[in-house]
Amino acid sequence: MSYEAFVSGTGGFTPERVLTNADFERMVDTSDEWITTRTGIKRRHVVDPGMATSEMSEYASRLAMEEAGIGPEDIGMILVGTVTPDMALPSTAALLQERLGAYNAGVSDMAAACAGFLYGLATARAFVGVGQYEHVLAVGAETLTSITNYKDRNTCVLFGDGAGAAIVSRGKGKGKILSACLRGDGRQWADLQIPAGGSLREMEPSDLNNGRRCISMNGREVFRHAVRGMTESARVALRDAGLAQEDVNLFIPHQANVRIMNAVAERLGLTEDRVFNNIEEYGNTSSASVPIGLYEAHRDGRIRPGDTVLLSAFGAGFCWGSIVIQY
Amino acid sequence: MSETEQKVKDIIVEQLGVNPAEVTDAATFDGDLGADSLDIMELVLAFEEAFKDESGKSLEIPDDDAAKIKTVGDAVNYIKEKQGVTT
Repeated sequence: MSYEAFVSGTGGFTPERVLTNADFERMVDTSDEWITTRTGIKRRHVVDPGMATSEMSEYASRLAMEEAGIGPEDIGMILVGTVTPDMALPSTAALLQERLGAYNAGVSDMAAACAGFLYGLATARAFVGVGQYEHVLAVGAETLTSITNYKDRNTCVLFGDGAGAAIVSRGKGKGKILSACLRGDGRQWADLQIPAGGSLREMEPSDLNNGRRCISMNGREVFRHAVRGMTESARVALRDAGLAQEDVNLFIPHQANVRIMNAVAERLGLTEDRVFNNIEEYGNTSSASVPIGLYEAHRDGRIRPGDTVLLSAFGAGFCWGSIVIQY
Repeated sequence: MSETEQKVKDIIVEQLGVNPAEVTDAATFDGDLGADSLDIMELVLAFEEAFKDESGKSLEIPDDDAAKIKTVGDAVNYIKEKQGVTT
């Protein structure tokens, strides 16, 4: 790369309304104990009607821009990782552009499911690295409650809403992006999908109530591949950065399930104090979880100058990846 | 006890945090050893990482096979079979 790319600002937003495990005990056959031991989740923040992905993206992006010290006119590209766009057309990035008034920017969504923010951040780094833009806005934002099947007790307890954002800047900032490893395995596409509503299978009236417009998941396959994929991509990203596992000061994994996070951390030899964990409060927010984590880790002083931060995520496709940032 | 059998039992003790004395051939994972569905997935992953099949590749335990492994003895026999060890 010709230019070094830095994370110069981060932001996060989660809605105020909360669904607790007790709320789910009243909706489906489940218990606080069952949910907690299998997922680590206690609460999730959910939108009120009327709020969608672009609005949450705006709040997170404004915080990131403020920290980076840039205005909307400085942004060269907006990349939004989301599986829950406000609408099928146009992109959420375009809607976010209007909200921010960032009219000098190109706009595009990143279709990489839970790994959407990592794909966006790696793409932002590449755009900045070749010198095409000075500042790129990478967002991960989801209104997962809009595609949650509240009749499926195995998945409905997992998902929450939220948004996170980062500004990637040329030459200066807080954390230099050292390496990125992005991977995919399309053979596993069927294990995590929304069956209806695409060009293959248009939505039919019955799909409104049969769960086919919602996330359907083969938990066993996701678990197996997530642990392997996140671990392997983290090792590659660290190797490419010229670092070792023991150099990692903070690991911010996609907050999918605490058992997956712990299984990956264990394989990377990372003790619990080096693993960022807010899943208890927000549940799984797909592409938003890593940037919200990065924002909160900054805000709470968990990242100090000199620290090596490892990001890792895994999602539908399957696609996954890891990124190493040096502060 | 064969090397494979010992290794399988060691992994079970470590993954499930149970007493070695409880890990008898007849012990069921979900009943006697108190494993939930995710514990069993983690166990399958650990077996896959620890053992190789008869051609020397990392062991793969497909879902359908994993679902049939109910007891410690089932796990030992399954892995021995995959290793090409005749019992």
